[in-house]
Amino acid sequence: MATVSTPSYRKRLMYHAGLLGGMGLLASAILVLGNISTRNDIELRIKEDIKASINQVIPETMYDNDLLDDSVLIESSHAISENKNTKVYLARTQNKVTAAAFQVTGTGYAGPIDIIIGIDAHEKLLGVRVIAHAETPGLGDRIEIKKDNWIAKFTGLSLSNTSKEKWKVKKDGGVFDQFSGATITPRAVVKAIHNGLLFFSENKQQILRGTSSGSTNTNTVDTGGKNE
Amino acid sequence: MSNKQTFSQIAREGIWDNNVVLGQMLALCPLLAVTSTATNGLGMGLASTFVIIVSNLVVSLFRQIITEEVRIPVFVLLIAAIVTVVDMFMNAFLHELYKVLGLFIPLIVTNCAILGRAESFASKNKVSLAVLDGLMMGTGFIVVLVTLGAFREILGSGTLFANASLLLGNAFSFLEITFIDDYRGFLLMILPWLEKERSIKSMPGKHLILIFQ
Repeated sequence: MATVSTPSYRKRLMYHAGLLGGMGLLASAILVLGNISTRNDIELRIKEDIKASINQVIPETMYDNDLLDDSVLIESSHAISENKNTKVYLARTQNKVTAAAFQVTGTGYAGPIDIIIGIDAHEKLLGVRVIAHAETPGLGDRIEIKKDNWIAKFTGLSLSNTSKEKWKVKKDGGVFDQFSGATITPRAVVKAIHNGLLFFSENKQQILRGTSSGSTNTNTVDTGGKNE
Repeated sequence: MSNKQTFSQIAREGIWDNNVVLGQMLALCPLLAVTSTATNGLGMGLASTFVIIVSNLVVSLFRQIITEEVRIPVFVLLIAAIVTVVDMFMNAFLHELYKVLGLFIPLIVTNCAILGRAESFASKNKVSLAVLDGLMMGTGFIVVLVTLGAFREILGSGTLFANASLLLGNAFSFLEITFIDDYRGFLLMILPWLEKERSIKSMPGKHLILIFQ
């Protein structure tokens, strides 16, 4: 630009248009190359993320199949998700479904709370983990296993050993602790987990048989694929 | 700016005299957003430095054919492409760090420091000087990011360089120091000051009130 003599063609509109177009082409070429060289790895990372979050709620010793390729789509009931269908991952031992994992979404204080739930064939909770949320740091974020043991207390509970009235925080007459300074968050988590149990119980036959009820073309809920 | 600048002059300009943050007062958004820990600051600094170097290189290469009239869109286009590639590569190969920084990497595009260097230096200087300038500007930015990150991390979480091994590999786990065991945290220090879209209820001001209640 600081050239002494500017050739006249550079003042033409076509030159500017061509320059912009050429740069656009160059930029797209870079993006295509970048995408081709990272696509497979990114897919692999996302799968690893899903696997890791499932392993937190279903012990690895409980299944011998490839969970990620073994799932059914069940129509979401009880508002466990904004998506029409919920993807339920199946854990099998010798081809028999022993447990299932799926994601439920609760409405917390600062937006959605994504929770992954593992349930065994007897409708008992194997484990629950919060995988993404935007709750207040220091108050509401005690729902994370990293911050507090609170979420681990759900393990072993079921609809039959904990009655409907008890699926609430203590303040509302239930059995679960709320946090000082944060009631909405644990309340949302408890409700979401309860809804998840109801969902499993209602669709138990289909899940244990491994057949989808939702329309199969909408392959949606990707557990753990999100950033925190 | 003349071409006669020596290497040492460029280095001093970049790291101190004309430091991105301290001298030019640019890039304050990523500065405040990611420096809750020193490691995050370092990761963001390295990514930004890489982008500045490559964008300076490319802009300097094309400086003879880019005309003044369309220079800004061309710079923005090139920077955006570079940032997107960095974003994809971090997602693929530095995934753990990407989960922490992922939200902020695309924001490097809007980092005025990079456009500023393309405009005021790279487009007027030869390639070797432009690359050096990018390196030095980036280094200056890293220094500020890591320093601020270290202070906030020590005060806020009682640790230093937590999770450094995620970024640099296990060989660097010695960097991870816990200063205060069982520190309960000082929330105000590590709050993400530039929040994602959130309701006013959870803005930092509310925490301020809670802490001093």
